[in-house]
Amino acid sequence: MSEPLLQVRGLTKRYGARLACADVSFDLVPGEVLAIVGESGSGKSTLLSLIATELAPDSGTVSYRMRDGALRDLAGLSEAGRRALMRTDWGFVRQDATKGLRMAVSAGGNVGERLMGLGERHYGRIRAQALDWLGRVEIDAGRIDDPPSQFSGGMRQRLQIARNLVTAPRLVLMDEPTSGLDVSVQARLLDLIRRLSAELGLAVIIVTHDLAVARLLSHRIAVMRAGRVIETGLTDRVLDDPEHAYTQLLVSSVLAA
Amino acid sequence: MTALLTFQDVAKSFTLHLRDGVVLPVVGGVSLSVAPGECVVLGGPSGAGKSSLLKMAYGNYRCDGGAILVRDGDTIVDVVCADPRVVLALRARVIAYVSQFLRVIPRVSTLDVVVAAGREGGLSEETARARAKDLLARLNLPERLWGLPPATFSGGEQQRVNIARGLIADRPLLLLDEPTASLDAQNRAVVAELVREKLAAGAGVLGIFHDSEMRDAVATRIVDVTRFAPQARAA
Repeated sequence: MSEPLLQVRGLTKRYGARLACADVSFDLVPGEVLAIVGESGSGKSTLLSLIATELAPDSGTVSYRMRDGALRDLAGLSEAGRRALMRTDWGFVRQDATKGLRMAVSAGGNVGERLMGLGERHYGRIRAQALDWLGRVEIDAGRIDDPPSQFSGGMRQRLQIARNLVTAPRLVLMDEPTSGLDVSVQARLLDLIRRLSAELGLAVIIVTHDLAVARLLSHRIAVMRAGRVIETGLTDRVLDDPEHAYTQLLVSSVLAA
Repeated sequence: MTALLTFQDVAKSFTLHLRDGVVLPVVGGVSLSVAPGECVVLGGPSGAGKSSLLKMAYGNYRCDGGAILVRDGDTIVDVVCADPRVVLALRARVIAYVSQFLRVIPRVSTLDVVVAAGREGGLSEETARARAKDLLARLNLPERLWGLPPATFSGGEQQRVNIARGLIADRPLLLLDEPTASLDAQNRAVVAELVREKLAAGAGVLGIFHDSEMRDAVATRIVDVTRFAPQARAA
């Protein structure tokens, strides 16, 4: 079995007296898709922010296997080192596209910016790669000079995916990437995420409250409640034969379509 | 050990926490095995736990106790306690599971759905595509449907897509849960022939077939699951 790409140990975060994230530990191997599910307030977005080092934990560690093969505690990296990692080897697709994109910059610029972060300066190459990626996320080449403020919700999410994947990251975090979209738009986006993550062998952590999204995309699932992971395992086993009372409640509360 | 699949004293119950924790025993003391070339058919009335046994072997249901050993080349994996990643690897290489229902992936064409199942099972793109076309043709699925997603197909058409998905790769252990439930006699005969070809190639089958014609066509042994009924039914 391959060595873990990401190793999370004992992550804990309090907001005053409230435990937002309590002693969460897991490993993620290359190419593995982990879904974190739970209701609003269960701590799943806090966990994602802790992993992305946007929040500092009260205790616990997040370690990542760098390109040189060494597993490093992210807290030990310099601020610049962490930023460089997030800009190149990691992606973060956010629920609110306005937080994941630069809304006044053209679609091509949004994709190209991450390449420039890697040191690419050749305009023609940047534009060619941006065009290639817009095509892969099914955005018409004619829209390359339009800013995402003129895009629909589904297109913005697809542009976020292109912006994140252009640098060939190994780990992508996704926070409710499909919520708030029309069902048909959701299906298209899910299919795109499923296909690209498999093709590129991406490791993905996807936070969602939608169990159908978790079933379609993930290999493993972690169910969170009140900051704790209360059940974890093979996605279809947890959803079809849930063990914990709360997971049974979650699963039985879904309307079958 | 030569068996492809061995149940050793397996027990399963459901605890319904939303119904005051009532425990529904499903099966107990299950011991059976499937050797290469064997088609073991589970018999017994509905509700006796036949589908649950297949789901446990696939790692889809948890077990209360016992072991479910699956042969993966030279190694033996206990599905009951294996790491999720190991179960996923078994599904890719060893275990094919065909249920009555196709879980539809939006927007993907029928041919690509079947090709993807072959790719996951280790076939090259070229081989997967050739086999997918061959299987869909043998299963009498009209070629004009191949480019469409199966979401809008009839039950029988979806079931044939599902069978093609399950049988395309060379997985040595097949779990078949009523794969022919909504097929006509002609297509049932095709499925029986496909299953016999797999058996001849050394695969093992654990299956549920209510249709007696289908059962007679493929079964090498019938196991009545009522003998695994839990001793004491909880109130």
